[in-house]
Amino acid sequence: MIDYIERLNEDYRFCEGLKACMNCGMCTAICPAAAVFDYDPRKICQIMQKRDNALTEQLLASDMIWYCGQCIGCRTRCPRNNTPGYIIQALRKVSLQTGLYLKSAEGRKQIKIAKTVGENLLTKGYCVDIDLVKPEMHPEQGPMWEWVYANRESVCNRCGGNYHGDGAGAQRKLSDETKKELFAILRETGGESLIRKIQNAE
Amino acid sequence: MIESSQWHKYQKEIPDGPFFFVRSCIRQTFSMGAEAMLQKILKEYLGLKVYEDPRHTCCTGIAYHTDIVPIETSMTVIARQFSLMNEMGYEHLLVSCITSFGMYNEILALWKEYPEKLEEARKNLYKATGRTFEVPKSVIHTSDIIYKYRNELAAKMKYKLVDCNTGEPLRMADHVGCHYAKIFPMKGVGGAEFPQVLSGLAEPWGARWIDYTERRHCCGFGFRHYLLQENRGYSITHSKIKFESLAPHNPDLIVTNCPGCNMFLDRWQYTIAEMEGRTYDKFGHGIPVVSYEELAALLLGENPWDIGLQMHQVQLETLMDKIGIPYDESKKYLGKDGEYIGKPDTPEILLV
Ligand code: SF4
Ligand code: SF4
Repeated sequence: MIDYIERLNEDYRFCEGLKACMNCGMCTAICPAAAVFDYDPRKICQIMQKRDNALTEQLLASDMIWYCGQCIGCRTRCPRNNTPGYIIQALRKVSLQTGLYLKSAEGRKQIKIAKTVGENLLTKGYCVDIDLVKPEMHPEQGPMWEWVYANRESVCNRCGGNYHGDGAGAQRKLSDETKKELFAILRETGGESLIRKIQNAE
Repeated sequence: MIESSQWHKYQKEIPDGPFFFVRSCIRQTFSMGAEAMLQKILKEYLGLKVYEDPRHTCCTGIAYHTDIVPIETSMTVIARQFSLMNEMGYEHLLVSCITSFGMYNEILALWKEYPEKLEEARKNLYKATGRTFEVPKSVIHTSDIIYKYRNELAAKMKYKLVDCNTGEPLRMADHVGCHYAKIFPMKGVGGAEFPQVLSGLAEPWGARWIDYTERRHCCGFGFRHYLLQENRGYSITHSKIKFESLAPHNPDLIVTNCPGCNMFLDRWQYTIAEMEGRTYDKFGHGIPVVSYEELAALLLGENPWDIGLQMHQVQLETLMDKIGIPYDESKKYLGKDGEYIGKPDTPEILLV
């Protein structure tokens, strides 16, 4: 069995996130994810404080670690300076590294994110790009967004933007030189390979 | 103004520039005019020096918080922004996005605590781009600047947040983005407990600030939860929690400082109206949601359609009518060359 605890200990977010938890539940009280999912940051701390490799493996393969919404409000509230949201970041990293994320339905949803946000980043250099916020995928955006989307160049440039233009401004296109540097960073630091690995997991 | 013994701990120093400005990929998508207006306010109304380098990029914060890039990627992209800033001779970074603001603060704290990560960032950046960098003197959110100059701006404003018929101050609620001060309370005006960066605008701009129980609750973005269509219930639920808490206070407007929150609090009102027939104002229009810079520009007398206010799903006309701001409805749906580009459809329930 992989030594998951050792891997987690290598991640500063795990060490910073879990100092000593007294299980008070303050984090759970304010946690937006705990309010709507079968999720409890206090329980995450309880499990991880045991440093039990088998329990950790179960957690890494479960839906639970994917419920956190990363608001990081738990950091503000914890009377012991723990940050369950950071522990989650470290757990997700190990789950992705070891492929255990594929064992849970919530974990497998990473594939979709890698195919949307990840693809945007690897091709356009933006995490969020207006061209990809298609109204058919976003009914909650309302009829106004359909109008904005259909007329995005004109609306953007009317408001001082620079849709797909050279130079500065909202919706500017990144130059080839800038993209070259950004993509080299993504390659050098493992960002590109992680996105590709998740995209191709199916 | 909230009185608290804690209060003085959370006053932050806000420099007056010159600033190296970095955009928000969310703001430039959903509030396309906001950042241009912000720059106009800072340069033309306040005389500050602000530079936008076209070579800067997305900070990768959304990819980081959805776990598809490692922190090593984000910290190296951020190192590159610093390198550009150094190259152009700037020392103060001005950040438009709240997620980015959290990322910059996080990376700087990481490098301070773990100098080996700073060295790793230097090595990675050099290897990938041949660049070197030094960390900035300060990282400031754009709402900090508006807060700092709130009185100077008030003196230049053509309009006040006052009901033009009754002379009563309008009722202004605020929503501060989670990553503004919940990660690093000392980095936000008023910290996470008594955030003052937006509520502090109310009085000088004529409004009455209203508190509500769920003021500090997250808007519900939840990163992966909004980005995954099937998880969006998370997102709308938390905005709804806020609206339900807010509605009994009869707010005339909600002011935000995070580009994502600004969009969610606007759009989810439409969605809730269409799903449940519920709107959160008395007349069925919804509560107008504006960012600090949109609000400042509007009160300074800028054309609402140049600010981009027509792009809000909860329309701003009710607010402008209350204040007495004139607007030309016939120019609302014009494109960049003044041509009519058609009107959006009308929602079934939410009145526009
Ligand atoms: S608030 Fe802190 S100490 Fe309390 S349960 Fe959560 S992590 Fe543990
Ligand atoms: S960061 Fe995650 S665990 Fe912490 S309060 Fe937010 S949703 Fe809950």
